[in-house]
Amino acid sequence: MSFFKKLKEKINQQTEQVTDKFKDGLTKTRDSFATKMNDLVAKYRKVDEEFFEELEEILISADVGVETVMELIEELEMEVKRRNIKDTSEVIEVISEKLVEIYYGDDEQEVEQLNLNENGLSVILFVGVNGVGKTTTIGKLAHMLKEEGKTVMLAAGDTFRAGAIEQLEVWGDRVGVEVVKHSEGSDPAAVIFDGIQAAKSRGADVLLCDTAGRLQNKVNLMNELAKVKRVITREIPEAPHDVLLVLDATTGQNAMSQAKTFSEATDVSGIVLSKLDGTAKGGIVLAIRNELSIPVKFVGLGEKVTDLQAFDANSFVYGLFADMIDQSTSADE
Amino acid sequence: MAFEGLADRLQKTIQKIKGKGKVSEADVKEMTREVRLALLEADVNFKVVKDFVKRVKERAVGQEVMESLTPGQQVIKVVKDELSDLMGGEQSKIAVANKPPTVIMMVGLQGAGKTTTTGKLANLLRKKHNRNPMLVAADIYRPAAINQLQTLGKQLDMPVFSLGTEANPVDIANQAIEKAKEEHHDYVIIDTAGRLHVDENLMGELQEIKESVNPDEIFLVVDAMTGQDAVNVAESFNEQLDVSGVVLTKLDGDTRGGAAISIKAVTGKPIKFAGMGEKLDELEAFHPERMASRILGMGDVLSLIEKAQDNVDEKQAKELEEKMRSMSFTFEDFLDQMQQVKKMGPLDELMNMMPGMGKMKGMKNLQVDEKQIDHVEAIIKSMTKKERVDPSIMNASRKRRIAKGSGTSVSEVNRLLKQFTEMKKMMKQMTNMGKKGKKKKGMNFPFM
Repeated sequence: MSFFKKLKEKINQQTEQVTDKFKDGLTKTRDSFATKMNDLVAKYRKVDEEFFEELEEILISADVGVETVMELIEELEMEVKRRNIKDTSEVIEVISEKLVEIYYGDDEQEVEQLNLNENGLSVILFVGVNGVGKTTTIGKLAHMLKEEGKTVMLAAGDTFRAGAIEQLEVWGDRVGVEVVKHSEGSDPAAVIFDGIQAAKSRGADVLLCDTAGRLQNKVNLMNELAKVKRVITREIPEAPHDVLLVLDATTGQNAMSQAKTFSEATDVSGIVLSKLDGTAKGGIVLAIRNELSIPVKFVGLGEKVTDLQAFDANSFVYGLFADMIDQSTSADE
Repeated sequence: MAFEGLADRLQKTIQKIKGKGKVSEADVKEMTREVRLALLEADVNFKVVKDFVKRVKERAVGQEVMESLTPGQQVIKVVKDELSDLMGGEQSKIAVANKPPTVIMMVGLQGAGKTTTTGKLANLLRKKHNRNPMLVAADIYRPAAINQLQTLGKQLDMPVFSLGTEANPVDIANQAIEKAKEEHHDYVIIDTAGRLHVDENLMGELQEIKESVNPDEIFLVVDAMTGQDAVNVAESFNEQLDVSGVVLTKLDGDTRGGAAISIKAVTGKPIKFAGMGEKLDELEAFHPERMASRILGMGDVLSLIEKAQDNVDEKQAKELEEKMRSMSFTFEDFLDQMQQVKKMGPLDELMNMMPGMGKMKGMKNLQVDEKQIDHVEAIIKSMTKKERVDPSIMNASRKRRIAKGSGTSVSEVNRLLKQFTEMKKMMKQMTNMGKKGKKKKGMNFPFM
């Protein structure tokens, strides 16, 4: 069976709603990416060096990252030789196969779930640089978890940025969950500590902890974050159950540095890729998963409270190539 | 830094060529390939890189490089010249309207830092240009955005105009300007909501505001960490609004900031300011030259020098020099000097600005322990006036007292005393050298 067919079958097992969200959210991405790919295939009938050079540029333009792209192209060239592929349109299929492969590596598990503690409180810590959308993501995730029937509480750990506490409170009101807060300028670790105590005593299922955005090269601020994590672990030894790094999809190569440094300070267990509904491709998550084995758990695909989706690489790649896949599989049938 | 700089990259290629005597066209090709990769890794848009590399190649294949004895350095020079040309000169002027108030509109994607920059810009206008700005909260969409601007207004002690979240941004802007006229504010800065450049409705709203208030400046605020998409964002905002300038934010991070080149290349609009930190006074004029060095990973000596000039009192520096010469340098002076260095900012940031630091062994992820400096300060402050001026009177009991007073140990006190003596010795040698007329050559920085 061809890869596109397999992919489509996997997608068909999912609810239509999820796939459509990805399709809609990635419209901009897909349009440009798919158009470029189509142009490429139309331009080059034969698979030659120039073809690969242009392909390299398309991938780099998706922020996949120079190193990963070089690796990918090398593998592709080998694969093309091995399978004796002459037609450029066939290469597109191999590319999508490789992209999914890069993402998953040898891992079997395909959709990364939250590490929730089923019998008791789960604590999730959100970290990231300034302006990536941590607070918004917390609001959306709170909604998602509440819909699943969980009791959710929020801790306003961003005590630095003006208006951050109020922003979280607005989300708390909208979603209908309680927010634990101190005043601006207070110690974030103390807020989180109080959040845990409150969540424990109210018997909440999940506590989502906001933190102030910080650039990863500010040593003092990263130490502060490590302290927040220590405080959580001191209260509940197996917590935080998840540390989610929020990455802006428009970020370029610096995302790798963010993932590395935040991981060193807080042991990041998953990534939320926000703002993927623009024209940015967020290709850097492939490199991050490949090099640091940190999976993407959620993607933000819009501004509505329901616009947070569990990440699934198949849907992601399907979103990128949707038109082509539909074409190719219907031709097969 | 996360990536190898261009200088490091080229060094490797040069090693290969070194024994050859003559540089071939193939060698130049390999070098331009390195230039290409370095720029792509710095997030410069691939289309921009393509054109750029072509120009570099043309110049490099010419005599300039081929016949040079140091082709590697020549290539870097060509690249730097081309980059500087592309980036243009420094332009941090802000328009002044014939009839006040001057209206500035801030636009950009979500999370770029518009609200913070609005506060910083207002602060800069007041501090450096002696203006009296009013802030306008026209972001009615993001929860608590108005609140954020109001908090900044409070911190700056500046008025913030708001009509809540129910009003139309166009009305908010218009009424704000009327109010500013009444209250004699000479600048009005409108903070708009972040939006995607592909969101037609919201982009239309910005156009409406623009047509209605006719702003003197429209600043596009862009995150310095933006990747390949920077061209699309900048192009789209510029096409629809004809922006007058760009503010690059979060430049205090460790990103190379190649987005700066992309934006300049596709819009031709000047980057006027750079956000350099979280505090409200950390908005600086943008220096294209320095940005070029940074993108190429060559350090930022000029910023370092400027920081020193900003913070070191010239008179004090002269006095200090005199004292060094006359050997009357005391712990008092040492304390002064330390405080001046501290004013320049965290030490590891200063170290990062030095070129070549990345190459030195053990320097790569060097973190200067600021606590150590605090300890030294505490020790000196625990000394009596007499001890500070004449450390030779120090005995065991004095040292014990100082250790206790500063919360350190006698061995730490001893270490500082020893270091101080050595420092004085060094100063003596240096001043002697000066007397003999043997001027010490300035540090030889690579490629500068």
